[in-house]
Amino acid sequence: MDLAGNTAHGMVPAHKPQGLARWLYATNHKDIGSLYLWFAFCMFLVGGVLALCIRAELFSPGLQFFQPELFNQLTTLHGLIMVFGAIMPAFTGLANWMLPLMIGAPDMAFARMNNWSFWLLPPAMTLLLLSFIVPGGAAAAGWTLYAPLSVQLGMGMDLTIFAIHILGISSIMGAINIVVTIINLRAPGMRMMNMPMFAWASLITAYLIIAVMPVLAGAVTMVLTDRHFGSHFFNAAGGGDPILYQHVFWFFGHPEVYIMALPAFGIVSQVIPTFARKPLFGYSSMVYATSSIGVLSFMVWAHHMFVTGMPATAQLFFMYATMLIAVPTGVKVFNWIATMWQGSMSFETPMLFAIGFILLFTIGGLSGVTLSVAAVDVQLHGSYYVVAHFHYVLVAGALFSLFSAVYYWFPKMTGRMYVERLGQLHFWWSLLWFNVTFFPMHFLGLAGMPRRIPDYALQFTDFNRLASIGAFMFGLGQLIFLVNILYSLRHGKTAPQQPWEGANTLEWQIPTPAPYHSFNPPPQLETAENGVVLSMREGGQG
Amino acid sequence: MQGDTAAFNLQAPATSLARMEYDLHSMLLWVTGLIFLLVSAVMLYAIVRHRKSRGHVAKPFHENTTVEIIWTVIPLLILLAIAWPATRAVLSQKSTHGAEMTIRITGYQWKWRYDYLDDNFGFVSHLATPRAATAAGAARPEHYLLEVDAPLVLPTGRKVRLLLTANDVIHSWWVPQLGVKQDAIPGFLRDAWFMVDKPGIYRGQCSELCGKDHGFMPIVVDARSPADYARWRAARLKQAAAAADDPARVWTLAALRQRGETVYSQNCLPCHQASGKGIPGNFPALDGSAVVNGDKAAHIRIVFYGSQRNPAMQAWGKQLSDTDIAAVITYERNAWSNHNGQVVQPADIHALRGGSG
Repeated sequence: MDLAGNTAHGMVPAHKPQGLARWLYATNHKDIGSLYLWFAFCMFLVGGVLALCIRAELFSPGLQFFQPELFNQLTTLHGLIMVFGAIMPAFTGLANWMLPLMIGAPDMAFARMNNWSFWLLPPAMTLLLLSFIVPGGAAAAGWTLYAPLSVQLGMGMDLTIFAIHILGISSIMGAINIVVTIINLRAPGMRMMNMPMFAWASLITAYLIIAVMPVLAGAVTMVLTDRHFGSHFFNAAGGGDPILYQHVFWFFGHPEVYIMALPAFGIVSQVIPTFARKPLFGYSSMVYATSSIGVLSFMVWAHHMFVTGMPATAQLFFMYATMLIAVPTGVKVFNWIATMWQGSMSFETPMLFAIGFILLFTIGGLSGVTLSVAAVDVQLHGSYYVVAHFHYVLVAGALFSLFSAVYYWFPKMTGRMYVERLGQLHFWWSLLWFNVTFFPMHFLGLAGMPRRIPDYALQFTDFNRLASIGAFMFGLGQLIFLVNILYSLRHGKTAPQQPWEGANTLEWQIPTPAPYHSFNPPPQLETAENGVVLSMREGGQG
Repeated sequence: MQGDTAAFNLQAPATSLARMEYDLHSMLLWVTGLIFLLVSAVMLYAIVRHRKSRGHVAKPFHENTTVEIIWTVIPLLILLAIAWPATRAVLSQKSTHGAEMTIRITGYQWKWRYDYLDDNFGFVSHLATPRAATAAGAARPEHYLLEVDAPLVLPTGRKVRLLLTANDVIHSWWVPQLGVKQDAIPGFLRDAWFMVDKPGIYRGQCSELCGKDHGFMPIVVDARSPADYARWRAARLKQAAAAADDPARVWTLAALRQRGETVYSQNCLPCHQASGKGIPGNFPALDGSAVVNGDKAAHIRIVFYGSQRNPAMQAWGKQLSDTDIAAVITYERNAWSNHNGQVVQPADIHALRGGSG
């Protein structure tokens, strides 16, 4: 199976553009993947700085640094940038880098569209950031941009709407590429029901993106026409309904939550088996669980709207449907633990982040069950409890899985090892300060502190202070990651083809670092569940 | 649950609804807590025992249909067990029939209006914490940001039905101890109910982002024994009759300006600021403004009807009395560096209303 040095499998050195053109005109999936990942990390830092501004303001009661209108802009842009600028592009970047390598495709299906879907991101994010300096400032209606508040705002809101349109086009093109690549470009022998879970998760995520990004575009377009062209979609005086916006938004918004969670499930399903040196437990039930989460995600949107005054029957329907999601999600968690059970585990950084993911995502999932109970949600909706809940899902969920993935595939991408001790420090540091930041927010919400307020009553001081300290330490810890990556890119130890003893998916069967062009023509594979490669022969039908 | 001590749980319930929510949450906390402990205990055991450094050899099993069915069915049963009390709670929250009195609550940017529909009177409730107390390093009162000038006074032991709506954007009326949170939606009516057990002051806040001063529109419910409430109600009715302004009365500049300053600080200050300088880019300055120093009729029109260009400038004609509008316009025309000495009389506003009041 050792094919290092075997140039016959399409690992031929070939044309590789140099300089700025390499990135500007990039069509190579690895280059575009790197662009996505670096862009996402930059946006993660920008969104992180906005978060630290929020936490600085909330360190003490009173208005310390920011006036309320600017504070609302900070919370809004923090949310938008983290969701659309950091997490989604990071997952798309990983899919770009790894999917062709994991399923034996020479590249993504539409190489030029791939270029376009990345290069739409920087202008969109520029528009978002520019909105801070236009008259009236950035959008200040929360990342959900609820009408009629968003109809009131200044031109920063128009820039945001435009940016969301561009981001949506980018996401949809990226998703189409993922779908077509997975359906059409798998190497012979890579059957759908043997695909790596990361490919399955990316495929289902891509379908969700294609289904719901146009819905978001519709919602913000209606806001745009209400703002400027005299329509009354969300104005009761003109026959509209403010709640319509929320229905449309959350029809996008809830699947969006899974767009940020499913790829994480995929990553963890690759990392855990590798470091447990055991096949993934319950592969087919994982595929079905992921698919059913995808389907259910379209049927639960109104649980974000339990206090809008829905009739009891609607509340009950959305409550039951939401509770039901706990079943497939539970199956996934149990499967991961069963994979670890009786394994031969080692705890390198990717594994630590994956275990941290399981532990903390479970907390986020269980607080989600609590929120799903409509009668209890009446107390928790719009409070800091919700902020705690979704950061357990998105930071300890999506972000931890991304760290796990970057450490896991770093040797394959760069040919060098990251510094293990720094990686371990990054994990323990993040784990500790993440919990110091977000666990107290459960208490704040229970005690009655609303979210999105720039100033608070005195009884909320202690936990806010704790959360602010935690946030600054957590933020500081991310520099460990940056230092590790920058150092290791140049000075890291040379990585072997197989840095992880238990890794047996396709990407580990080719030389390290992955050659610029790979699997052209595709190989003949014999595979087992979760993308495990049993044998690989030279292709040739190319 | 008041004061500045850190609290770990929901506030002490003061209504049957809040108690029900509290108990349901406690039950969920136990169930989810136990599940979490169980899951992490199994994982921890594997992490400790099944590690390579201890020489543990992997057993390559990868499926077991029985186990997988068990861990699909058991969570389903747990959820069914939760769904039963959860359903009953939802149905009881939604049953507003049999109410003994009705209050209409209207959310405004950024204050609440309470109308006692049975008694045909109402008032607006503003944040009572002075703006100066929000400055960094300022002294903060005990109920900082949770105090109002006019609390919603209600009797204990009576089922109160709330009818909620809003004037501009969506607000949400939340008093944790009463177990009520309901969005107030412009152009629509939503209802909710509660019955307070015992007299007390119950504090809450708007919980739906409603613009700049979302964090500064608290709710205070002052629940009194039926006898105390009856006394308050009688006094309030008498006061309402006495305070009714005669729109025909002719005021002096000084009297209008004084009243106008209060109206301004309750309604205009959040956007146009105490200095009258506004917030550049968001809210225009009144100090030195062309409208304020120009034609009286144009000034009255924008206050009365709101601004076509900036939806944040509301139609105050729907919210304020003739006298209040006259007072605040007079104040604005004679405050800061504006000294045009002009007086707008309530009769001017009354005429704009078509004389119908």
